[in-house]
Amino acid sequence: MSTSATPRARMKSPISAAAPARLGASGKISGRTFTTVTTIVLIVFAIVWLIPSLFALKTSLSENGTAALGATAILSDWNPTLHSYAALFNAGDIWNWYLASGVTSVITAALTVLFASMAAFALSRLNFRGHNIVYLLVILGIMIPSQVLIVPIFQELGAINLLNTYWSVIFPQIPAVIAVFIFKQFFDGIPRELEEAARIDGAGIWKIYWSVVMPLSRPVIAAVVILTFVGVWNNLLLPLFVLSNPNLMTIPVGLATVQGSFGQRYADIQAGAVLAALPLIILYLIFQRQIVEGVTGSGLKG
Amino acid sequence: MTTAEAVNRPAMAVPKKASARQRSMIGARNRRGAWLFLAPFGIFYLAFLLGPTVWMLISSFFNTSTVRPGLGSFAGFANYAEMLTRADFWSAMWHTLQFTIYTVPPLVMVAFVFAVLTNRVRRGQWFFRLAFFLPFILPSATISLIWVFIFTPGSGLWATIVSWFGVAPGAGVLGDPNTAMIGIAIATLWWTLGFNFVLYLAGLQEIPRDLYEAAAVDGATAWGQIRYITIPMLSRTTTLVILLQIIASLKIFDQVYLMTAGGPGISTQVALGLITNTGFTDNRIGAASAASVLLFIVIVAIAVIRQLFDRSAARKAA
Repeated sequence: MSTSATPRARMKSPISAAAPARLGASGKISGRTFTTVTTIVLIVFAIVWLIPSLFALKTSLSENGTAALGATAILSDWNPTLHSYAALFNAGDIWNWYLASGVTSVITAALTVLFASMAAFALSRLNFRGHNIVYLLVILGIMIPSQVLIVPIFQELGAINLLNTYWSVIFPQIPAVIAVFIFKQFFDGIPRELEEAARIDGAGIWKIYWSVVMPLSRPVIAAVVILTFVGVWNNLLLPLFVLSNPNLMTIPVGLATVQGSFGQRYADIQAGAVLAALPLIILYLIFQRQIVEGVTGSGLKG
Repeated sequence: MTTAEAVNRPAMAVPKKASARQRSMIGARNRRGAWLFLAPFGIFYLAFLLGPTVWMLISSFFNTSTVRPGLGSFAGFANYAEMLTRADFWSAMWHTLQFTIYTVPPLVMVAFVFAVLTNRVRRGQWFFRLAFFLPFILPSATISLIWVFIFTPGSGLWATIVSWFGVAPGAGVLGDPNTAMIGIAIATLWWTLGFNFVLYLAGLQEIPRDLYEAAAVDGATAWGQIRYITIPMLSRTTTLVILLQIIASLKIFDQVYLMTAGGPGISTQVALGLITNTGFTDNRIGAASAASVLLFIVIVAIAVIRQLFDRSAARKAA
């Protein structure tokens, strides 16, 4: 089927197409020199941009004693050690933090995709009174900065006794209105003839949603799952205030909390920083295209 | 039934183009079905987005506190009056603005330059995307731990490098009230540049190739092409990026909390930091709500401008 209206097709070219403009005969030499110079400049900046991550990685592979001596000592040390990683894994907290981050990110991503796609299906395909009001609420929701609601959300979670549970991290992050918007745009681009055929076969709306529309929406489902997962994994503000039990903390909150008690153990701290990011780096390496497309799509449409 | 079967069915030709939206939608008998589809998301939307917004508005007029249940006594506009006359409120608002001023121009300009350059490179684009975009998906905790360590006074990577240029180490970037916000801005530039970078790359790909070819035939230089084709053609992306960036900057919390905790003194305290301190440390929910409402209004105003801009741009494109 033609997917010209889908986010994926539109996003594909920006990422893979590379060919720079062909220049006419007169501009050939200056054009080529220009390209060479820009490439060199770009490589320099790319290296500058990689330095902080690589420096953190290098520090995490040093002894705490070396790391405490400073940057020169770290960079001139050629004996990498996994000592800091072993120390963190043996201390044990990190396992709980991984569990909390993993559970909350996966459940939030699953529920957001299910609920947002259902709402988007209704907006895209179903005729009901109040359609315009619901759509207006969606637009309104995109503009609400949920971070600013931290105080009332904390109070609400306290009132319904959910503080210090995974649910207190999951529930407030489910209404990601942008996800409804992304799904609706995608659904609007799916030809209705496909459903028509299913309907003639006697399929109900749930069947059309679940067996016709959703299987066609794999790229956008992948994008929303990954973006939600990354967003929940990285969230600091909400879990910082709704979780105070160290065993339930997500990894950014756990690290932020114990940071002080690490004192001069700089290699351990950097190992913690690397471990917090590691699942996301792996995710990025596997789903590079979906992540970049998803981020671009939500940025352009949100 | 498979998709292929559905496509090949002769029946699919019958509905043709359903011009009116009403007709293309699944009919009236499914009205209740529609609400069942909307309900799960709707419940969470009301409970954790619209509801808290309304509650925040209400409690901003009461002496609500975490130590007592309920709203507390009616306070009228007292919370607002207090916030608007508190020096630390204005200082937090100023620091938020300061952060916005420090980060938005470089985030827009550097991302633009990197994207234009990357777009010209024939091979190895994946490497530049990796270098510039990867930091964006890292947790704020990771980037803050990395940069606090880089900014270690005296022996840190930053101090080592600037000492080659004869800069005295002093209290370190984050330890000096005059430079702490600059340190946070540098870390933020490194962290979030990738977002604008990929938006610009996407925008660049939508510029028709023939424009450049025509310009080259007319003898335009590489710089001339950027000046007269690329920059004007990307103006929509630029406006979008600026508005998104302003909204994101106004909501800054993580980096400040993790890197300086608002210090030294209150020299880097930002709006959301003041709100959480007032609410969770001082237990004064009413006052925190009033401050939240004020920040909320500023952010929503810019978000509305964004929506209006989007709509007018879409209309122009159509």
